[in-house]
Amino acid sequence: MAEAPDVVNMIEQDPATMPLEDFDMSQTELWSQNKKWDYFARLRDEAPVHYCKDSEFGAYWSVTRFQDIMEMEQNWQIFSSEPAITISDPEEDFELPMFIAMDPPKHDDQRKTVQGVVAPQNLKILESTIRERVCRILDSLPIGEEFDWVDKVSIELTTQMLATLFDFPFEERRKLTRWSDVATANPDIDDGVVESEEQRREELYECLEYFGRLWQERVDKPGGNDLISMLAHGEATRDLPTRPQEFLGNLILLIVGGNDTTRNSISGGVLALNENPGEYAKLRNNPAVIPNMVSEIIRWVTPLAHMRRTLTQDFEFRGQQMKQGDKVCMWYVSGNRDERAIDRPNEFIIDRPRARQHLSFGFGLHRCMGNRLAEMQLRILWEEIQKRFHMVEVVGKEVRTPSGFVNGYLHLPVKLHPI
Amino acid sequence: MPKITYIEHDGTEHQIDADVGTTVMNAALDNLVPGIDADCGGECSCATCHVMVADDWMAKVGQPGETEESMLDLNPERVANSRLSCQIPVTEELDGLVVNLPEFQF
Repeated sequence: MAEAPDVVNMIEQDPATMPLEDFDMSQTELWSQNKKWDYFARLRDEAPVHYCKDSEFGAYWSVTRFQDIMEMEQNWQIFSSEPAITISDPEEDFELPMFIAMDPPKHDDQRKTVQGVVAPQNLKILESTIRERVCRILDSLPIGEEFDWVDKVSIELTTQMLATLFDFPFEERRKLTRWSDVATANPDIDDGVVESEEQRREELYECLEYFGRLWQERVDKPGGNDLISMLAHGEATRDLPTRPQEFLGNLILLIVGGNDTTRNSISGGVLALNENPGEYAKLRNNPAVIPNMVSEIIRWVTPLAHMRRTLTQDFEFRGQQMKQGDKVCMWYVSGNRDERAIDRPNEFIIDRPRARQHLSFGFGLHRCMGNRLAEMQLRILWEEIQKRFHMVEVVGKEVRTPSGFVNGYLHLPVKLHPI
Repeated sequence: MPKITYIEHDGTEHQIDADVGTTVMNAALDNLVPGIDADCGGECSCATCHVMVADDWMAKVGQPGETEESMLDLNPERVANSRLSCQIPVTEELDGLVVNLPEFQF
């Protein structure tokens, strides 16, 4: 879709003086160039419930304060997760229903089928596997020479984890990375992932076909502990392959949910510690701070910048008249920097009190299902990094994802300094 | 001040004096009782302040409300006496309350 001609290019404007009505936080350059912060600060202060009348994604509301987002998350009857949870609307001829984009009761039934795999009891069993894989990855890294942390650590670790959860053929695990990237790719902008929407769909159908085969194998083998077996035998999901788009949708949800998010927290944590040497020193002096630091990293990075809701009826919110069908972006990335809810929100403080009270996992019925797995991966990773390296030094400029949804990193050049 | 006892999964007991008007969640946080995360700060929106109320206290504490029920329902470790402690106000009536903490918050 071509950009509407009357859309004002945000990064060419001064965030302090440009008219509020021209604000459009979905513009990708704000994200790839990391210029979003001053605009969000102004929205929180002057227009916390803001209407953008036009954008690449059409009109939408922005909600930017912590407490307003919390209230919206709780009211799923008005602020529906259907038909989509990102600012882009589903393609009319290529809808991908998935439980994150469903309301109760269907959401609850499908979610309950799979959430056991990431429940804490199961994670306890997974901990030694994760640690072993983290150690193997870290021990294989080059010392003293530049390499891309995103590729060699962030992607590799989360992809291995995902392969484990799906019991996916291990040698082919980078297919998962690829499908995750393809699923969130936007062919309309030059993001380097896919050339066209046709290519995107073709690759996603390959994903569907591949998982269809794994599904068939597991249908005949009851009792498997992996996500596919759970779906194949779960009452609310066992007929999923008869609804291929919904099957694909839920696969993508689990792949993206388990991949993009933690990947970017792994990269963003390294960058944050480099930008805050005093905090890096705290970590070296006291590794016991790691669990708290993990929460602070997840707040600081906010790997999913927003979730979208759609109004089921006309509704007045904070004095603004919203209409049935309007879409709303709840900007977690902004709520996580809201000084009304978080003390010194623009500082990265690894021993911050109440570090767990952040918006990155969302709240309410759609709260991130894999949050404990994400925290565990990050905790183990940092425990093992601290045993090996004095510093993971960032030696060049990071490359950020050009997306107002996946708030992440494409490349992060680093050099390792052993203890 | 009503006394509340929190029993960790490994059996460790913490008895504290709670203020009337606070919640069982906040009383735990204020007295540094481990095992309650309270990620949403008491909004009934994360289910990380899950407790299991001792059998003989369930009648006085009461059943979860609708929103709380929908959050609890998504917790695979939920049992009949499960409550979210942010939704239990501390009253004089609850003097002596005993709650058990799960091994993990979900």
